[in-house]
Amino acid sequence: MLLTADRVFSGYGKVDIVRSVSITVNEGEIVSIIGRNGVGKSTFVKTVMGLLPAHSGSIRFQEQDVTRSKANDRARQGMGYVPQGHGVFPTLTVEENLMMGTQINKKKPSMNLLTIYDYFPKLKERKRQKAGTLSGGEQAALAIGRALAGYPELLILDEPSEGIQPSIIHQISEMIRKINRELGITILFVEQHMGMIQELSERCYAMDKGVIVGEVGGEDLHNYDRLKSYLTV
Amino acid sequence: MEDLLYQFMNNFAFLILSAIGLAVIFGMMKIINLAHGEFIMLGAYIATLATKAGIPLLLSILLSVVGVGIFGLIVDRLIISRLYGRTLDSVVVTWGVSLVMQQGILILFGPSLETLSTPLGSISIGGSDYSLYRILLFVTAIVLLILLYLLFTKTTFGLHSRAAMQNAEIARSMGVNTNRIYSFTFSIGAALAGLTGALYAPTMAVSPTFGGGFLMPSFVTVIVGGANPLIGPSLSGGVLGVVSTGLDATWGTFFGRLGLLVVAILVIRIMPLGFSGLVEKLSVRKSRG
Repeated sequence: MLLTADRVFSGYGKVDIVRSVSITVNEGEIVSIIGRNGVGKSTFVKTVMGLLPAHSGSIRFQEQDVTRSKANDRARQGMGYVPQGHGVFPTLTVEENLMMGTQINKKKPSMNLLTIYDYFPKLKERKRQKAGTLSGGEQAALAIGRALAGYPELLILDEPSEGIQPSIIHQISEMIRKINRELGITILFVEQHMGMIQELSERCYAMDKGVIVGEVGGEDLHNYDRLKSYLTV
Repeated sequence: MEDLLYQFMNNFAFLILSAIGLAVIFGMMKIINLAHGEFIMLGAYIATLATKAGIPLLLSILLSVVGVGIFGLIVDRLIISRLYGRTLDSVVVTWGVSLVMQQGILILFGPSLETLSTPLGSISIGGSDYSLYRILLFVTAIVLLILLYLLFTKTTFGLHSRAAMQNAEIARSMGVNTNRIYSFTFSIGAALAGLTGALYAPTMAVSPTFGGGFLMPSFVTVIVGGANPLIGPSLSGGVLGVVSTGLDATWGTFFGRLGLLVVAILVIRIMPLGFSGLVEKLSVRKSRG
């Protein structure tokens, strides 16, 4: 098991938004967490990444308890994170953003920028451009490329489809699948875009009001109505 | 003409050296350090006391840089680290730090120190004498800007600190220990203030209120320059240097200082993000092609 979250409670301040959430992610899997806006998906993945403290419960990554580790330590241990809204550093150039990724863990080999450019050729064309001037799709590519540059074991993506034209969402999905297949990087992503969920997920957890209300896998992932029921009020 | 140029160099050096430590701390950490003047004063005390003890001035200046840098690190670990991201709270707390430092120095060393004489003598151009030390201060200000530019654009620390300045949370998720970056940044800002104090110690009377004379020009330079700790002070130092030199020469020092405040008010009205905001807007436009 690459990642195990066991009865995790977390939130902002003392208020629990995520309540007793347990999930597992196996090595090489693509797992999604789905649900409507404001049900606690992002809060949960931020807790997994160490950006929010777990009020109780435990998080294990690569068989180690990381519940109390800081985000920067988890990143060095092998968690890559692509935040909601992509979170590029707007006044750094594309190349400087990618350099941030290559310096995550100096003891571990990072990914060559040329490999990143192979996956995202547009970034090579724009490497001297300020990241804040890129389009939504390009920023998504940069955020994924930046996380990838640290060669993570687990790539966590928070709503990768947000702010991207529908025509580009399919390309981003394909790219994430390619990264998973070719580089063996495990993917955990939060999403509410039905197309991306169905196209990418091998297994998904449905979340509502801060708790896991269902787990969908196999053939059920093609059951549009069942998935839709988790995404609508 | 030589007089005006000399006066400009003098004003530019004073503005840059006053502001640079404050600009680094505010630009990178969004901490408004009201104890900045007292950090400068501490640098002046260390340099003066060390020189009086027989240490050469250059070594005394280095001692001030290291001493105030370490002092800044201690203040950061004990106090400032609890205020990261709390700009307004930092104003009150650093004001408290400034009072403690000023009164502490008064109790320890009395109301003033025996002043140092200005080294290096003067050169005569066109019948007027110009202090070589003041010219050296101008060169130091330029060299300091270049060194800071290299530190913040060509090193890993610089890249990480610029990233942390833009989005600390994302920087943390990229493996950056932002607290360490902030501590180091505060220490650099303090060390730069210490350098300023040490450099100006041989030119002014050193007393517990020594830093007060630097506070207004430093804040005006940072406000007019904007958040970028490199572009901001360089441009505002240049513009404010020209304004205060012109007014100094025409109507005297009082109007020179008044001019700084008028420029600050105008810049805030026209360009709320200061010169660095304008430069960043232009560079984004250029980057878009």
